[in-house]
Amino acid sequence: MSVDHKVDAGRRQLLLATSAAGGVAVAAVAVPFVGSLTPSERAKAAGAPVEVDISKLQPGQMMTVEWRGKPVWIINRTKEMLDSLKKTDGEVSDPNSDKPMQPEYAKNETRSIKPEILVAVGICTHLGCSPSDKFKTGPESGVSADWPGGFLCPCHGSTFDLAGRVYKSKPAPDNLEIPPHKYLADTKILIGDDGKA
Amino acid sequence: MTTKAQAVLDWVDERFPLTSSIKGHLTEYYAPKNFNFWYFFGSLALLVLVIQIVTGIFLVMHYKPDASLNASGVPVAFASVEYIMRDVPGGWIIRYMHSTGASAFFVVVYLHMFRGLLYGSYRKPRELIWIFGTLIFLALMAEAFMGYLLPWGQMSFWGAQVIVNLFSAIPVIGPDLSVVIRGDFVVSDATLNRFFSFHVIAVPLILIGLVVAHIVALHEVGSNNPDGVEIKKKKGADGHPLDGIPFHPYYTVKDIVGVVGFLIVFSFIVFFAPEGGGYFLEFNNFVPADPLKTPPHIAPVWYFTPFYSLLRAMVWPLLGIDAKFWGVVAMGGGVVIIAFLPWLDRSPVKSIRYRGPIYKSMLTAFVIAFFILGFLGTQPPSYAFFGVIPGAPVAQLLSLFYFLFFLTMPWWSKIDKCKPEPDRVTG
Repeated sequence: MSVDHKVDAGRRQLLLATSAAGGVAVAAVAVPFVGSLTPSERAKAAGAPVEVDISKLQPGQMMTVEWRGKPVWIINRTKEMLDSLKKTDGEVSDPNSDKPMQPEYAKNETRSIKPEILVAVGICTHLGCSPSDKFKTGPESGVSADWPGGFLCPCHGSTFDLAGRVYKSKPAPDNLEIPPHKYLADTKILIGDDGKA
Repeated sequence: MTTKAQAVLDWVDERFPLTSSIKGHLTEYYAPKNFNFWYFFGSLALLVLVIQIVTGIFLVMHYKPDASLNASGVPVAFASVEYIMRDVPGGWIIRYMHSTGASAFFVVVYLHMFRGLLYGSYRKPRELIWIFGTLIFLALMAEAFMGYLLPWGQMSFWGAQVIVNLFSAIPVIGPDLSVVIRGDFVVSDATLNRFFSFHVIAVPLILIGLVVAHIVALHEVGSNNPDGVEIKKKKGADGHPLDGIPFHPYYTVKDIVGVVGFLIVFSFIVFFAPEGGGYFLEFNNFVPADPLKTPPHIAPVWYFTPFYSLLRAMVWPLLGIDAKFWGVVAMGGGVVIIAFLPWLDRSPVKSIRYRGPIYKSMLTAFVIAFFILGFLGTQPPSYAFFGVIPGAPVAQLLSLFYFLFFLTMPWWSKIDKCKPEPDRVTG
């Protein structure tokens, strides 16, 4: 093998061209395989809006419905709960909801259309666990002595206030997502469609 | 050997390197004569791999990767595992062997890696063995993680949810990447099916390939030993190392002792404590997956918890990127950094027997830190030692130490006061 032989430039070029063509073919064949990993048409179609009747939801109560396989919370907040949002303004990392985690119509103090009714995707923005509700205040909550009520993610300890705003210095980067929704009637919400998309 | 048998063997040898392979890897593979207890774990890891493959083959005959609900409202996958446990003859023992095998795999692999740290087995010329080993460790983590989704219990579901979401933390491509991994916008039937495919076909193939590479590389350079000196430097007149003995029969026989000891412990767990106190099989996983409700306390299986603690330790955004991305970097980096050991260690000696006090203290501290990180990873983030010392800052401090152990090693391994290495192994 150590014998010096002249490289036949023509053949070398042909070899390179063949290899390149083969490489392109391999890449092309990879397309359907990678494509098969992306969500199927059926998975994409599963995102139909959900209609929820909230007439039985008492103040201070919360209900969970499934939308696109995710839990969506609907919380009927009491006056005290809404008042607590003013106190948490200074402790949450995005008090004015500047990051686009909600539709325009929920970019307000309470992050909701009607002040008392919060509709939020119950999935922690850190790594996707569903936080638990910790509505009891103070030491009774088991969170902290001055806990004003909110949500605690059991996975990595992120905490959210009663508008789903994340506290500072927690692993979760963003506030809880507010899904697109609209009121069909006074006590009937359509989740997943706000008629604007 | 009868001439007839010899004739058959000759016929094969002319067409396939049978005799020469047996010689090269067993009867004439010279291993140092001073292997001790710590050298059991390589062959034990191989044994566990075989256990996992064989039990896995039989489990697949009855398991169904299907997240849809059956007539009683239970996910089919979850129900099929219960079916294996209750109705398939011998199913319970096969499954317990497989689930105990997963934990046993990590026990022996962690001890095997610790052996490397003790005797400097990763040092030149064994860098590639070490890198293959780190890749095996990574593949093993992937294999264990995907296998854990299959029973489709609460821990399966939420564990997968968390880990897949890790990838969404990667800037720019992250969110799309996590969708491609799940095959859906949430962990769903699509995810279950592809994890089944990866767990049963793709990753085991990679794992076996890496194990072959690991052993081929080992047999190319020869095994290290508790003294960390090269036996190939002193050869006898026959050309074999003076301090070497043929792997077979000497170490095959020794390893059988290890196998017997291992199987006693393994069988005890399979028969009497298959749940391992909630560490091998977590209690929340006896509840079918519920996408709407995270269990109040979720924690990974014990073998992931040290790395899980590294993940949780990062709570500050840096360089304008979210904290969760840095958590992922810490977790991934915590594994990958192990591969760099051969170049981080600048000590003139390999074995802990001739290392100085700095290495001994650092390694002890590292092991303690690893255990505490592992313990904290099983606890909720609000955990406090004795109810007073908060766990979260402790985990952060120990995570910092975890990385400093590696990153400052070039410095402290060099200035350590080492003893002179002997010329030959000391027995």
